[in-house]
Amino acid sequence: MNLTLRIWRQASPRAKGKMAVYHVSDVSEHMSFLEMLDVLNERLTLQGDDPIAFDSDCREGICGTCGLVINGVAHGPLQTTTCQLHMRSFSDGDVIDVEPWRAEPFPVIKDLVVDRGAFDRIIQAGGYISAPTGTAPDAHATPVPKRDADRAFDAATCIGCGACVAACPNGSAMLFTAAKITHLGLLPQGQPERYSRVVGMLAQHDAEGFGGCTNIGECTAVCPKEIPLETISRLNRDLINALTHGGSHWPKAAPIREELEEEEPD
Amino acid sequence: MTNSDLLDSLDADSFYVLGADIADRKAPQVPIDRRWYERRFRARLVNPANRRKLDVIIVGTGLAGSSAAATLGEAGYNITCFCYQDSPRRAHSIAAQGGINAAKNYRNDGDSVYRLFYDTVKGGDFRARESNVYRLAELSVQIIDQCVAQGVPFAREYGGLLDNRSFGGVQVSRTFYARGQTGQQLLLGAYQALERQIAAGTVEMNTRHEMLELIVVDGRARGVVIRDMVSGAIETHFADAVVLATGGYSNVFFLSTNAMGCNVTATWRAYRKGAYFANPCFTQIHPTCIPVSGDYQSKLTLMSESLRNDGRIWVPKSGEDKRDPRNIPEADRDYYLERIYPSFGNLVPRDIASRAAKNVCDEGRGVGPGGLGVYLDFADAIARLGRATVEGKYGNLFSMYAQITGEDPYKTPMRIYPAVHYTMGGLWVDYDLQSSIPGLYVTGEANFSDHGANRLGASALMQGLADGYFVLPNTINDYLADGPFPRIDASHPAVVDAVEAVRARIDKLLSVNGGRTVDSFHKELGRLMWDYCGMERSEEGLRKALTRIRELKNEFWSDVKVLGTNEELNQALERAGRVADFFELGELMCIDALVRRESCGGHFRVESQTADGEALRDDDEFAYVSAWEFEGDGGRPILHKEPLVYEYVELKQRSYK
Repeated sequence: MNLTLRIWRQASPRAKGKMAVYHVSDVSEHMSFLEMLDVLNERLTLQGDDPIAFDSDCREGICGTCGLVINGVAHGPLQTTTCQLHMRSFSDGDVIDVEPWRAEPFPVIKDLVVDRGAFDRIIQAGGYISAPTGTAPDAHATPVPKRDADRAFDAATCIGCGACVAACPNGSAMLFTAAKITHLGLLPQGQPERYSRVVGMLAQHDAEGFGGCTNIGECTAVCPKEIPLETISRLNRDLINALTHGGSHWPKAAPIREELEEEEPD
Repeated sequence: MTNSDLLDSLDADSFYVLGADIADRKAPQVPIDRRWYERRFRARLVNPANRRKLDVIIVGTGLAGSSAAATLGEAGYNITCFCYQDSPRRAHSIAAQGGINAAKNYRNDGDSVYRLFYDTVKGGDFRARESNVYRLAELSVQIIDQCVAQGVPFAREYGGLLDNRSFGGVQVSRTFYARGQTGQQLLLGAYQALERQIAAGTVEMNTRHEMLELIVVDGRARGVVIRDMVSGAIETHFADAVVLATGGYSNVFFLSTNAMGCNVTATWRAYRKGAYFANPCFTQIHPTCIPVSGDYQSKLTLMSESLRNDGRIWVPKSGEDKRDPRNIPEADRDYYLERIYPSFGNLVPRDIASRAAKNVCDEGRGVGPGGLGVYLDFADAIARLGRATVEGKYGNLFSMYAQITGEDPYKTPMRIYPAVHYTMGGLWVDYDLQSSIPGLYVTGEANFSDHGANRLGASALMQGLADGYFVLPNTINDYLADGPFPRIDASHPAVVDAVEAVRARIDKLLSVNGGRTVDSFHKELGRLMWDYCGMERSEEGLRKALTRIRELKNEFWSDVKVLGTNEELNQALERAGRVADFFELGELMCIDALVRRESCGGHFRVESQTADGEALRDDDEFAYVSAWEFEGDGGRPILHKEPLVYEYVELKQRSYK
């Protein structure tokens, strides 16, 4: 098939970007979307034109590295990762828009590559269980009801790709944050830090500049791992509980995004 | 002079030089079940107050890197950590599907540390070091405890206890799993522990940073040269010890199940600085991957081997038979595994299944694009068990297959083909995981590991975490007890040289401005490696490959086209540097394969087979680890043999007929 691509090109974080038009021909329906871009990049290179920068790594839908907004939808027309999208989802003659994740806390580095370091900092603010190596009791010391273990697993399958943020009109990372709150909060091992965790992660989420959640649900519609919206309800319940309990559950450390403080001197 | 000595001397004339034998001197000479205990006791300790004065660099954040960084950070050392991905959570350990072995014996089915040790040595076709494997089996038990404490959501039974399954032909159920995403869940556990230490200030994390050179000062590993992949800045970082946890090198084949970015550069640069590279030709080829569909293919996707429990593998009896598989009658099908290996049938080990598939395709009977595929047929299973049962067991794999190929495996047979997915070879390490360069430690898939010539299923995750959580944090202290070492800075001649070398390479890659892309060279190299240094190797083929790889390497350096500058995010430049190192590695792999004139593990050497065409191991000649020493560009590498001594496991020939 022959396609017209309109792709976001931006040379560097501070450069002004624009949509550039490319025509690609003889696209096989069995190619993945990223392989189609590989073929285009090979051609651009041989022509002496700068190839399009985009992120990908495992190309099997699990590492969370890839992520493009395709025709206005995060990861494109199927609810999967961009790397698992194949050209058979498109038709001859289609015009396809390709853009990076758009959210203030995900600044563009180049073309379609963005910086998602904010997600790591949200995890640093409490997205873990404090269990230093060597301190663990026998794995069977604490049984976990299968239902809880399964639901914890479902939430833990989040790959941190950021599609939820890209899809959200508020630019909220609540689904990402809630998935971790739910995973750890459902397990007995996660209980001691349950409330300090939610307060810490939420404070960091807000400090990064992500918007609030207004229950629109666009996030779950694009999430390749189908993290459910109810995780956010769970986060809210834990947050209310934490704040009701009073000061003891405030985060251990203040949010860590120094750049942000510099940008807002007042 | 025996015949083989003669051949060795002939080889030595052209490709390599035989050096002195080496041995591991760190494993204590006590009964095997006391060695780790004894080693930990003998290893010198570092006072907690002194640990913060000691700096350790860790490169790579997969299971082996994240777990080591978190644990050493908890212990109080100053850790600086690097990964090429945009987050440590994305390292390729995340893609491991099946599970992790541990000798818990929760099933009461006769499992024990000794049995896991025995299975691993035997599964590795007797090319692994007994001391290391025994320790791995011992530590497997603690790994599960540690991961559960971190909140890894392993599969559980209704009673709330952990579930197990059996894996890869062993007779006990010792594999712990988290649906088909065990690697992801284990990595996220280690990643969260790492992020906790980053927040605590013990670990400094640098993402989108790639190691391009090792800095060795006065015979000790003292730092790394790193390229910031966003700004292009060439940075130097110094430490008292360096840990490489940079994974395997399957991408030398271009097409593999590894992630796009997986590469050999960190370990290869260390090899060039004096670290021995062990068993480079030992790679693992997985039989059940989705076949290649065209030239544009960028990677291969593995599907769990469990499919072979119910699927039947076949090809048409005649290569001319191009009918739709559903219309080919039973009489015209060749269920070749069931025919050749009646007692194991479709469940023969990975290496045998892979080679049989290659053989039928080489005979011209392969199916699908390019004739590189065989059918994996579930029609009988669906008729016997019903579609619902098959869907319950394999539903996620079937939908993955359908998504990638656009075909419905419930209606038409799947097509599968073998693909490279793990490398047992890597930098040589002693019992302490220290390489032949003092202060350079290597963990996980990056070292030559505990898997010998063949890795058992669900053992890679076990090894990565054993190394990172438990082995390294109990051995590196013995080295660091001599530190801190004298301060060095960027003006030290060794550092200046290392930085200069990195800059010169980058400048060269950017200035060639030839007529071929990096990927076109990489694909050609990969094809050579697959054809001549893949499942089946021959003297003739390997010599042909060596000649062609050297030509291709020269063509690369005179005709590659890399656009742009160093001072920007430049993905073609990143790939070019990695492919340049793959050329050199590919050459060493072929030399190693040429020297190892035996069939072992997944490696079939046509000159070494039984009368009925099965692999023939040669323990008299080749029961050793090949450890290669770099001898300069254009020089012949030196082969050091580490003889393998089996005190506990009896050497036996495998048979699956």
